[in-house]
Amino acid sequence: MAPDMSAIPQPSTRPARGLRRASRGVAGFVLTTAVTFLGLLAITFFIGRVVPIDPALAVVGDRATQEQYEAARVALGLDRPLFVQFLVYVGDVMTGDLGQSITTNRPVAEDLARVFPATLEMATLGILAGVLIGVPVGVWAAVRQGTWIDQVIRIFALMGYSVPAFWLGLVGLALFYAGLGWVAGPGRIDIFYDGLVEPVTGLLLVDSLIAGDFTVFGNAVSHIVLPATILAFFSLAYIARMTRSFMLDQLGSEHVTTARVKGLPEWKVIWVHAFRPIRVPLVTVIGLSYAQLLEGSVMIETVFSWPGIGNYLTTALLNADMNAVLGATLVVGVVFVAINRLSDVAYRLLDPRAKR
Amino acid sequence: MSELLTIRDLRVSFPTHQGRVEVVKGLDLSLGRERLGIVGESGSGKSMTGRAILRLIRPPGRVTAAEMTFDGQDLMALPERRMRALRGARISMILQDPKFSLNPVMTIGRQIAEALDAHERPSRGERRTRVRQMLERVRIADPDRVARMYPHEVSGGMGQRVMIAMMLIPRPALLIADEPTSALDVSVQAEVLELIDELVRDEGMGLILISHDLALVSRFCDRIMVMAGGEVVESCAAADLRHASHPYTRGLIEAVPRMDETRDWLPVLDRAARAGT
Ligand SMILES: Nc1ncnc2c1ncn2[C@@H]1O[C@H](COP(=O)(O)OP(=O)(O)O)[C@@H](O)[C@H]1O
Ligand SMILES: [Mg+2]
Repeated sequence: MAPDMSAIPQPSTRPARGLRRASRGVAGFVLTTAVTFLGLLAITFFIGRVVPIDPALAVVGDRATQEQYEAARVALGLDRPLFVQFLVYVGDVMTGDLGQSITTNRPVAEDLARVFPATLEMATLGILAGVLIGVPVGVWAAVRQGTWIDQVIRIFALMGYSVPAFWLGLVGLALFYAGLGWVAGPGRIDIFYDGLVEPVTGLLLVDSLIAGDFTVFGNAVSHIVLPATILAFFSLAYIARMTRSFMLDQLGSEHVTTARVKGLPEWKVIWVHAFRPIRVPLVTVIGLSYAQLLEGSVMIETVFSWPGIGNYLTTALLNADMNAVLGATLVVGVVFVAINRLSDVAYRLLDPRAKR
Repeated sequence: MSELLTIRDLRVSFPTHQGRVEVVKGLDLSLGRERLGIVGESGSGKSMTGRAILRLIRPPGRVTAAEMTFDGQDLMALPERRMRALRGARISMILQDPKFSLNPVMTIGRQIAEALDAHERPSRGERRTRVRQMLERVRIADPDRVARMYPHEVSGGMGQRVMIAMMLIPRPALLIADEPTSALDVSVQAEVLELIDELVRDEGMGLILISHDLALVSRFCDRIMVMAGGEVVESCAAADLRHASHPYTRGLIEAVPRMDETRDWLPVLDRAARAGT
């Protein structure tokens, strides 16, 4: 018997142990997510306290008496200890109460339920195109390293780094909307189609399909195609650049040489032996890129008058609309946490070296 | 003895800032079904020689040879597809460190099966049996369990035995072992080498054992080639090593410490000597 047999860790073969371990994993997952979320709430709560906007003053106005001001403070609960205020805040958020927006005069939660899907729709199309094109392009550039194809792809990816989004948006509108008339102009939908389909998911493309209204669907497509393409270009450039560099690392590695020594065909060497190990870092890159798009690309949403969360947050900031700012910040934070947790799950699924 | 591999004037070069640099400078070699050791210090071109035989040196590296034939086939002229059919199946290579040379995200069993599938079309059951038998032949006691494990779950010595199994499962005629034990614990080095030796004898394979360890190579090989700076400076039967004439080889021999001596200083290798004679 070989002396180094003892060095082998025992993999779990008995299902009971595996099950217990999995349930512990789920519990840990829920716990860390909850803690992260609480931390996030603490941050937004803290921001609400440190900004130089006095909520009581905002309610009563500049010319109120001291008594009126104090009464407003008590009514808002600002006289209670900070810890209690935080608990109340957490309770409010849990019940979906994010306060009233002074810009729209509607509950912030309602506003967010309307603007977030607009961003989600565009960001999802953007990331889908970014991944479906960016990953193969990055792999291709790495495999053809140093050839003219690689150079073209690299220049293209560099443009995604250096070209400003608003410029690309304006040029795109001037060319494809004003010039050629191939796509619709700013906004999510033409005014006379607005409100025609019942919002179910808030995603216009999905809702119009559910309603079976292909005219609305077509109109929504012609509105979203240009801004989504521009977003896709930026995420594509980033994803392709990262894929290329991960792949170059792998293609020069020893285990890829091993694959070639075995006599495997080149497509297997590339897609099985070089590509599979980079799925883990790629998931992180894609998650980051998606989170960035979901934050709402302020530039693109402004240029295209897109009623998304980036636009909403900017307007709220300019109007010192604190409830709206905090609510939108919270949504952005939740998106980040969620995507982070999802890449974590993907990491555990894709990399056998990750402790399960 | 029938020739398995014949190489004349093999040259490998890479572009650098100072222009193209040759790292293998006109190497001649002929090998039957015997065990040849290539020794030399680090950077002397041993690995590049091994990889050139398998045509694994990729641009911008360049390989030329007046002749490079394996089993009657001209390796330099073979189309890539035919070369691929040869790799693994007829000529195989064990790399240095199993920590890096095994795919980290694929189970051991699949990696071995894949080497078989690249050249044969076994049925499912046959594939399972062959993988298991191969693991048993490299003295892995619990083959079914190990086949389900990932490379990071096994020790270096076991990883290298997995590597050997993977490279020998399609029954190649020539095995190149490039420093197969340099990355392993001293305690398992001998074991792995003896395993390679045993399998090579059983199968009647040719072996090229690459190492920087002269003593080790002379123990396991019939013939020895000493490389320095990309050139072969000495080529002799292992038994005749004591009579080696080249000053560089002599330097290597002198530098090996022995149990039965009391030397305060080991001599420093005289690198100028490799240019001599
Ligand atoms: N891609 C490369 N570009 C330039 N030089 C290289 C490259 N690969 C290897 N070399 C050089 O070739 C020489 C021989 O390398 P190698 O055959 O790996 O040596 P060893 O005898 O230690 O196996 C070394 O000096 C190394 O620096
Ligand atoms: Mg080497």
